Amino acid sequence: MSVLSRRAAAMLVMAVCTVYFLTPLWWLFVGSTKPGGRGVGLWFDHFQLGTNLHAVLTYQDGIFLRWLVNSIGYTVGAAAIGTLLAAMCGYALAKYRFPGRETLFNIVLGGVLVPATALALPLFLLFSKAHAANTYWAVFLPSLVNPFGVYLARIYAASSVPDELLEAARIDGSGEVRSFFTVSVRLMAPALVTIFLFHFVAVWNNFLLPLIMLGNQKLFPVTLGLYTWNSQVDQRPELRGLVLVGACLSLAPMLIAFLSLQRFWRSGLGAGSLK
Amino acid sequence: MRRTLAILLLSTLSITACSSNSSSGDSSTGAAAAGCAPANGPVTLSFTSWVPDIQKVVDIWNQANPNIQVKVQTGPNGNGGTYQNFFNQLKAGNAPDLGQIEYDALPSFRVQDGLMDLGTCSDVTAAKDKFVDWTWSQVSFGEQGHVYAVPQDAGPMALFYRKDLFEKNNIKVPTTWQEYADAAVKVKAAGGYITNFSTGDPNQFAGFAWQAGAHWFTNDGTNWTVSLTDPATSKVAAYWQDLIDKKLVSAVPPWTDEWNNAYNTDKDWTWVSAVWGANTISSGAPKTSGKWAVAPMPQWTAGDQAAGDWGGSSTAVFKGSKHPYEAAKFALWLNTSTEALTALNKAASLYPAAKAGATLPALTEGVPFYGNQKIYDVFSAASAQVKPDFTWGPTMTQTYADAGDGFKAAASGTGTLLKALTDAQASTIQTLKSQSIPVKG
Repeated sequence: MSVLSRRAAAMLVMAVCTVYFLTPLWWLFVGSTKPGGRGVGLWFDHFQLGTNLHAVLTYQDGIFLRWLVNSIGYTVGAAAIGTLLAAMCGYALAKYRFPGRETLFNIVLGGVLVPATALALPLFLLFSKAHAANTYWAVFLPSLVNPFGVYLARIYAASSVPDELLEAARIDGSGEVRSFFTVSVRLMAPALVTIFLFHFVAVWNNFLLPLIMLGNQKLFPVTLGLYTWNSQVDQRPELRGLVLVGACLSLAPMLIAFLSLQRFWRSGLGAGSLK
Repeated sequence: MRRTLAILLLSTLSITACSSNSSSGDSSTGAAAAGCAPANGPVTLSFTSWVPDIQKVVDIWNQANPNIQVKVQTGPNGNGGTYQNFFNQLKAGNAPDLGQIEYDALPSFRVQDGLMDLGTCSDVTAAKDKFVDWTWSQVSFGEQGHVYAVPQDAGPMALFYRKDLFEKNNIKVPTTWQEYADAAVKVKAAGGYITNFSTGDPNQFAGFAWQAGAHWFTNDGTNWTVSLTDPATSKVAAYWQDLIDKKLVSAVPPWTDEWNNAYNTDKDWTWVSAVWGANTISSGAPKTSGKWAVAPMPQWTAGDQAAGDWGGSSTAVFKGSKHPYEAAKFALWLNTSTEALTALNKAASLYPAAKAGATLPALTEGVPFYGNQKIYDVFSAASAQVKPDFTWGPTMTQTYADAGDGFKAAASGTGTLLKALTDAQASTIQTLKSQSIPVKG
């Protein structure tokens, strides 16, 4: 009996949490089906999702689609390359001994503590000097940096890539870079997916960096674009509804990323537990 | 070899922020000193503005002026991040030639020496009479022979009221604040609120104080004086505090669906607001179409004719611009030519600061939402009644934030409006001191 009641209690807590987290998403979806963004309430009223979608995608000559493409461009590229760089860093810190290893790691870890707002102005001055402010690279390059990913990669490399395996690879004549890509990356796959997903979310939601760097509306990511629309609502009341629908649409790439990469996560839970 | 490769990769990740020591404003080599001379050859100007569809207006200019092309940059509104961007860009030396700056933000740019003095451009000084007086003093800070921006639009205030509800309940349309307070009691008895006191709009309150003759900030050339609690403001604060205490006004947060609902469901009957408020009401309270009218703002003394202002922007030329003559030429066209003013009004419902704006066709017609009344006539009269000597402080963002917090406390019953203003005054003086801006007190 007690096992059942414990399980029931756990399910109840989970159910409450699920409702808590999913209600805003539901509200957003329902709101984006309503006409003119009069989105208050948790149930449908004058369902017109198709009209709303059409309105968002054609407003201002389809600038919203451009913003979505920009976001995907910034995020997928930066997350992929950023994950690779973080993985290589973490792997090197875990698997090789060299003087200054711990100091370097502590400096990189210290980077996690620096808030984005403190870096905003120096980055802007740096890119202005290079005449690269208000360009694609101004947002892409700083997004490659992921100190937390380095930490994760180091931990995972230390625990899941056995030194013996690397020794064996060296004896067989494989170079370090080759054994990294053929052996270690496969072993570290779940960690890489985790780092990728964290980095993906961080870059997708990146708002402050595009705000200070960009002035050309065609380069905006979807976060900055929706914020700009939202700030014009007084002069353009129709934007109130479009912001809701846009926010709902902008969830799609993240949902796709998470749901499709989920299976790599699950397989990694047990890895490294058997030694 | 592989190890050095790895170390190289690691070191490129640590970006050292070697921020240069370029002092602000010095990057304007000889451009500022040259004054306002036309360039030889084609010129490209950059212009940052957040007016929706400003590109359409600029396209008209670009078509007609192949030698002076203007590139538009946009983003969120000034307080939503663009002002901070301007300051960053001035520091980095790559500020645009032209930027949209609201009147209450101009002093903060002036204090940082970010604005080019267009007093040397004869075209600009000659245009002084084309603008309503108080807008010119906003952009020239009262300095003779100097001007730092070209006024774009204005927000003269008036009284939006529900004509049908006032008539139905036999309540006279108030012409003085005393009558307004009396009407508030009658409206409460009839089941509504006369208006909503907005705790999130300290600049609306500033408009009230402006009408009453307050001077929040004065600058004698060296020192600033801050007085948010001068007699005129105290009078206004006491008046609204009284209405709040007697629960004759609602206190719904502005710019929300809740606020729209309050007007849409006949809960609130008036709004003392700026000319652009006409759009806010018509889009937020569509069910009340045809039932509104506009009257002049209530006065403190019967027979007075004073009005306040809420909002309005100017087009400024930033220091360091290499083509001040062309930039000034564009700014003047944007804000005085009929085609530009018509386009701006069409794109964003801007009410022009230029005197000629009052005669735009779009602004001389009756407006159906307001019972076909020619509401812009009231605003045109109000615009002429705004006092020309109200100065904003150099740290209005902070002043607004502090006043707004205090207002919220006052509306919820823990504190008064006067206390909010006293605290805001103290913290403003503190902020000015901490930024090494000379201030008395």
